[in-house]
Amino acid sequence: MASRLTGNRHVLGWIQALPLTVVLVGFLIAPIAMIVAVSFWGATEFSIYPAFQFDNYEFLFSSPVTYRVFGATLKYALITWALTLVIGFTVAYFLAFHVRSLTMQIALFLICTIPFWTSNIIRMISWIPFLGRNGIANQTLISWGVIDEPLEWLLYSDFSVILAFVHLYTLFMVVPIFNTMMRIDKSLLEAARDNGASGFQTLVHVIIPLTKPGIMIGTIFVVTLVMGDFITVRFMSGSQRANVGRLISNDIGLLQYPSAAATAVVLLCTVLIVIATLLRFVNIRKEL
Amino acid sequence: MRTGYDLELVHLTKRYGDTLAVRDLNHVFVKGSYVCLLGPSGCGKSSTLRMIAGHEDVSEGSIVLDGQEVSNLPPAQRGTAMMFQNYALFPHLSVRDNVAFSLRMKGVDKAARHARAGELLELVDMTHLADRLPAQLSGGQQQRVALARALVTQPKVLLLDEPLSALDPFLRIRMRTELKKLQRELGITFIHVTHGQDEALALADEIVVMNNAVIEQAGPARAVWASPRTEFVARFIGGHNVLALSGGKATVRADAVTLAEQGLPATVLAVEYQGASVAVTSKLETGDEVLALLPEDQFFKAPKSPGDAVRLAWDDRRLHRLEA
Repeated sequence: MASRLTGNRHVLGWIQALPLTVVLVGFLIAPIAMIVAVSFWGATEFSIYPAFQFDNYEFLFSSPVTYRVFGATLKYALITWALTLVIGFTVAYFLAFHVRSLTMQIALFLICTIPFWTSNIIRMISWIPFLGRNGIANQTLISWGVIDEPLEWLLYSDFSVILAFVHLYTLFMVVPIFNTMMRIDKSLLEAARDNGASGFQTLVHVIIPLTKPGIMIGTIFVVTLVMGDFITVRFMSGSQRANVGRLISNDIGLLQYPSAAATAVVLLCTVLIVIATLLRFVNIRKEL
Repeated sequence: MRTGYDLELVHLTKRYGDTLAVRDLNHVFVKGSYVCLLGPSGCGKSSTLRMIAGHEDVSEGSIVLDGQEVSNLPPAQRGTAMMFQNYALFPHLSVRDNVAFSLRMKGVDKAARHARAGELLELVDMTHLADRLPAQLSGGQQQRVALARALVTQPKVLLLDEPLSALDPFLRIRMRTELKKLQRELGITFIHVTHGQDEALALADEIVVMNNAVIEQAGPARAVWASPRTEFVARFIGGHNVLALSGGKATVRADAVTLAEQGLPATVLAVEYQGASVAVTSKLETGDEVLALLPEDQFFKAPKSPGDAVRLAWDDRRLHRLEA
């Protein structure tokens, strides 16, 4: 009887795990397996054919363009990460420690999410009339007499790309950091003060160490989003800058699926290596 | 008795908006004494402690320590240290680093601050766990670490905010013995906030009973227990029966009440066996409930059950008149 029961429970467990397994296999494992498989296929100008060859990777790793584009992608990720971290940490700190009432915290937090009520693309495009050659920013600066000529680097430049990234993704940094900060026992801050720590010392020795898991989760969000992005770079650079996402999208546009798949695999590996490195530094398990 | 090193509260008042948490407190805490601030929750005892510590602004009045007005100084410069209710140990730091935290803030180099932390851990008998994280310690061990961390600054006054409330009853009794021992060894003033009268009686040289934002009574533990000033104190400190007599209220100690042949007629409501004694609660005809603590052997010579009619008697010389 007992063995039948445990046997049943065993089967029951598998049945309960089945829906998630199906979803994960169907929508995560299978597509990735497909991409990996296609990355070894061959291609000519007008056809692609199943094969197992390393031509795509060989071409990718021998081309200086690849390194430049991966370099640019990492540069975008790094700069965006640094800016979103500073802004996100500051906003979260303000919300968690300066705003006293919970109602106010929730209200301000919801205000932070307002930009998310419109789509990414609209939020990006709305920068263009602002930053353009005769846009609001340039006109205002000229009317104030700060500059004589319109600034050319405001739009269709690294500046505008990173600006859009920061605008789009800062909230992904705010949310996990805010969440971690809210879990910090307020009496720890009093204890630090009682032990003679200044505000800055409390920040460095208590708040930042205890906020690390949140920072790490936010970092993973921002880094993966920026590294996988292609549309922001295309719109905000006026197609003058490239990142890995654009490399892939160009290949797809030219129906070079094997080459696109190979680039995607290399990008995936790069992102995974970055995340694995980050996770070695901070244990995020207790946050999950 | 005044030495100039006392801690003195002068017209100390705390307001939160319109509510008065602490009203016009005047009190002198004698140097080197163990003082318990006793009262029900919301009586203002914690606010008082937090004002002394510097974690709460003073609305009016002042706090004088060692002849110096400290109410506007930051906590670390007052000569006080606080031990928090939940200990507030830094979860990311080892026991040793927790204890050495204040020295690190002062810029003391690593070797020196670890040596000093080692001394304090020795004092609270925690040397063997110095490398653990707080989460790996039991409640009692965490408390010792918190104590060591508070003492590392060499405070003149140690403030303890309900330090024993997070512990289980057995540990609570053990830790209170240790607190008392530590206070005697260090010779500094301990101010201990609690809502447990047994804790206050066991520990305190002086008990300060607070209610509704004011001090109801202050004095040596025995004096407060033997002659409560008000009905509130008599009821809160326990072991007393408050009786409405002609010409005001009076108390009689529960252990002074006996079951006798003659006396006030009453009905037994509850009988509770407590080991050495038996607590008999009965109701007088006037409606007052009276608790009698009877020695166990005496009670079981003529045991009573709830519902029995009894007669209560006490020596009138043991009646204590209340002022309010």
